[in-house]
Amino acid sequence: MNSYLSSIGYQSWILPALLGIPLLGALIIWIQGSAAARRTAVVADAEDAGTRMGADEVARGVAAAPRSIALITFLVEFVVSLGLWWAFDSADARWQFLINLPWIPSWGVRFIIGLDGMSLMMVLLTTFIMAVASLGSWTYIRVRTHSFYALMLVLTTGMLGVFMSLDLFLFYVMWEVMLVPMYFIIGIWGGERRLYATLKFFIYTMIGSFLMLVGIIYLGLQARSPVTGIPNFGYDFILQNVSVTPRAALWLFGAFFLAFAVKVPMFPFHTWLPDAHVEAPTAGSVVLASIMLKLGTFGFLRLAVPLFPTAAMNDTVRGIILTLAVIGIVYGALVSMVQPDFKKLVAYSSVSHLGFVMLGIFALTVQSVQGALMVMINHGISTGALFLLIGMMYERRHTRLIDAYGGIARVVPMFAALLTLVTFSSIGLPGTNGFVGEFLVLLGSFRTAPIFTLVATTVVIFAAAYLLWAIQRILFNPLDKAENEHMPDLNRRELALMVPLVAAIIWLGVYPAPVLRRMETSAERFVSVVQARTAATMASRPEVAR
Amino acid sequence: MSLAMPSTLDLARPAQLSFALLPDLVLMAGAMILTVWAAWRPESRAHQRTLGWASIVVAALSLVAVIGFLLAGYAAGPGPVAVDPFRWMVDVVLLLGTMLTIALGMDDNDREGIAAPESHVLVLLASSGMMLLAAARDLIIVFLGIELMSIAVYALAGMNRRSARSAEGALKYFLLGAFSTAFLLYGVALVYGATGTTNLQGIGARVLDPASGLTSSALLLIGIAMLLVGFGFKVATVPFHMWAPDVYDGAPSAVTAYMAASVKTAAFAAFLRVWLEAFPGAFHVWHPAVAGLAVATMVFGNAIGLWQRNLKRLLAYSSIGHAGYILVALAAGTAQGASALVFYVLIYTLATFGAFAVVVALTPRGAGTVMMDELTGLWSVRPWMALGMGVLMLALLGFPIFGGAGFFAKWYILQAALQAPVPQTMLAVVLVLASVVSAGYYLYVIMVMFMRPRLAAVPAPPPSGGLTRFVLVITVVLLLVLGVVPDVVVRLTAAGRMAGARPVPGLAAAATPARSDVLASDARPGRPGH
Repeated sequence: MNSYLSSIGYQSWILPALLGIPLLGALIIWIQGSAAARRTAVVADAEDAGTRMGADEVARGVAAAPRSIALITFLVEFVVSLGLWWAFDSADARWQFLINLPWIPSWGVRFIIGLDGMSLMMVLLTTFIMAVASLGSWTYIRVRTHSFYALMLVLTTGMLGVFMSLDLFLFYVMWEVMLVPMYFIIGIWGGERRLYATLKFFIYTMIGSFLMLVGIIYLGLQARSPVTGIPNFGYDFILQNVSVTPRAALWLFGAFFLAFAVKVPMFPFHTWLPDAHVEAPTAGSVVLASIMLKLGTFGFLRLAVPLFPTAAMNDTVRGIILTLAVIGIVYGALVSMVQPDFKKLVAYSSVSHLGFVMLGIFALTVQSVQGALMVMINHGISTGALFLLIGMMYERRHTRLIDAYGGIARVVPMFAALLTLVTFSSIGLPGTNGFVGEFLVLLGSFRTAPIFTLVATTVVIFAAAYLLWAIQRILFNPLDKAENEHMPDLNRRELALMVPLVAAIIWLGVYPAPVLRRMETSAERFVSVVQARTAATMASRPEVAR
Repeated sequence: MSLAMPSTLDLARPAQLSFALLPDLVLMAGAMILTVWAAWRPESRAHQRTLGWASIVVAALSLVAVIGFLLAGYAAGPGPVAVDPFRWMVDVVLLLGTMLTIALGMDDNDREGIAAPESHVLVLLASSGMMLLAAARDLIIVFLGIELMSIAVYALAGMNRRSARSAEGALKYFLLGAFSTAFLLYGVALVYGATGTTNLQGIGARVLDPASGLTSSALLLIGIAMLLVGFGFKVATVPFHMWAPDVYDGAPSAVTAYMAASVKTAAFAAFLRVWLEAFPGAFHVWHPAVAGLAVATMVFGNAIGLWQRNLKRLLAYSSIGHAGYILVALAAGTAQGASALVFYVLIYTLATFGAFAVVVALTPRGAGTVMMDELTGLWSVRPWMALGMGVLMLALLGFPIFGGAGFFAKWYILQAALQAPVPQTMLAVVLVLASVVSAGYYLYVIMVMFMRPRLAAVPAPPPSGGLTRFVLVITVVLLLVLGVVPDVVVRLTAAGRMAGARPVPGLAAAATPARSDVLASDARPGRPGH
């Protein structure tokens, strides 16, 4: 496999191709859409002059073209990205598939993209989830389908760009780029309170990221060439050559922390999340939960912690962050328990799960960091699957309230089986993927943060409680609502999109070793870089003070 | 003729001084001729359009002259006008704005039923005043430029003679404009009294001379304060902004765009030159005041913008906010700040004219202004226009890729602020926080266009004029292209520095090294201070 890949020069074109393919797909959808609009404009205008957002394009057959183009593009993207799995050399600690081109020479901005073990897995997760999510929107998105699928494709480029960027300027640009499509996806195709939710999502994210912008410029200027005065935003260059004063590091860490903590979301910054998740259309929720939240934790792993280890690993700061992470774990679980809306329940469970990731990152052992990465992947798969299943429920009954269901296991056995399995994975039952990640986090964290770990461990029980209680009320109580007696079971398309997710859940639960092996080097490097830089600053502190 | 000119012009000789003012003179002469032509025939729609095209040609000729000077790399000795890349770059932005104004104006006049051909000639006259401001290296020339520009713009603001609101706005603009000019003139007089000269280079040398003790002279300090107030009015900074929303709302839309973009650009160019050439010695005196103005302008301009439901007023407050951002570049007090300012006004001019093209296209006949209802659900009736407006709003917000070069403009200012010898970290932080506030109204516009259904009571917008569409397309495309490949323009603006700008004393050692690699035209003689 590997020799075949290198014979086609896979290493040198794969990353730009991954960024370019979705854009190409979006362009094709756009062109097809404009052509189709020209043909049908007269009809549409006459019908849509009322108050609706647009006509039902699925019923009219207009949606067939954009959704097929999108699905084909996503499948091509996924298949092409699969080669990374083999082409990646898990023993090599350097950046792989590196591309380094000048972009804005006068400002020292370069287009540098590359992968290490952690971003590799995130890229694969993204291409996988996007393909599944587009299939999941097949009949859910009924209006303005061209715009929807084009935005999904552009969003993919933005998210992949964040994972790949090795230049801080590029990172920031990609970070912002993915915001706009999501803003539209929630704002146009969302639920009742979509306008409120989407504005809140946008503004929250922006406050954090704009401060990060100031931080990035500051770092780039610190790294400027003494000869030409041109800044340098290269990740490696800044990591190796810039050392800021402890005071500045604290402020800079604060700016980066805010940007990523909002995205994760950590406990007091999480309030946008339930709104955005609940109002977003299914595919939007899936993308938000599976990938966009990971961008926050990924930001900590890639930027915030390695760049400012002294600030991040300062006992007070670390204590605060660990406390917030554990509060998030507990709070998310408790709030989930009382949600009447199943989607909101899952949204709050994300707060809890991402708390585990933060615990793993800041516990700073190789095991805990690997565990954190595992939880990121697992949460992406399990929560994505949950949101897709919720979307299927909603399409059938147009409600997400748990009380509106009951006993539907008898009516829709296939759906019930899948929901149960996915729920088990989300709880972290041994044998499913969820177990591996949480177990590693707890195991790794116990050495460095025993008390926090102890609290977090007990919460695993709550997770079982809220999810099991919810599926009990949905699937297994008496079938007492007449509307539920004729719910159709999953159709072939829905099965087709759930099968890969279920396969991933079981595969990662039983045999996670290949994934762990690919992330091990990066996790080790993350830990050693942070420890080395902390130690170096400690050793040179008298000098700094002078 | 140009062959006979030395590469460093001696401005004491009339022929060489006239040569240095060639692009300005082309514009003025063209304006004079067109005035006669405008009066030659009775007012009519066709005549108005013909004059419009003729005015665009005159502006284009002047632009050719400007680009010629920019490429030829002339310099000048001491004198009342500057001959440096900064001036030419600002002129390019101003003439671009002039042409866009006239193009929009032709359509807007048609729609509003204004058949006055002199509107275009007045734009040319105002622009020649603006170009004089970009060149001015003497407080008297600054005053001359301000007056030449303002008087023409007062008339332009009241161009719609049948509209009471237009008349109200014009009167307000005239009264407050005259008031602010008085401040400016008083400032000029006091500075002259303190230093004995009106030449910026002369003032700069005196203020810098420690023996003069001028930095603690009350006469000079009050003079600087008066100048600050005068310029503050012209560029509409808080708390001298009160006139702007009313005037912007009342004036014909093309003129509003002109006031929001070009008038501001010219006033800022003169403001910056006076500050960097004459007052670097008093940096510690004026810096807190300018920084305070910048903070107040950014915060209040954007915060009040949140409550606007009239698109023209919303854009007026947005332009106040942008004046605050530009003030941050000025507060840096460096040559890089000047480059950032040029880049910013270019992008801001493009975005503003694009947004006002949408205003012109959407204004119901005779209404003179656009309420949010007209924008609601625009996507379903005018998808391309909605997309364009979306890009422009994101550009004004400073968003990368989707907002085109708007992000780079903000980036440049932030970089200049943080790279200044006295890093303006606080201003940078306020700038980004104010941008978050501004997101509240820029995103609101996007939201109503894309996420709300079209109101049944609002008729579809009338077909927009060809020139309006052209202005919208050209600005959006330019912004998007520059949003991916900004380097050429960055290089140009980085080279567009003021020849006479002095570094702030005492901080020169910490200043950034000269970026000789990007400055092809930098190796000229006659740059004082190096």
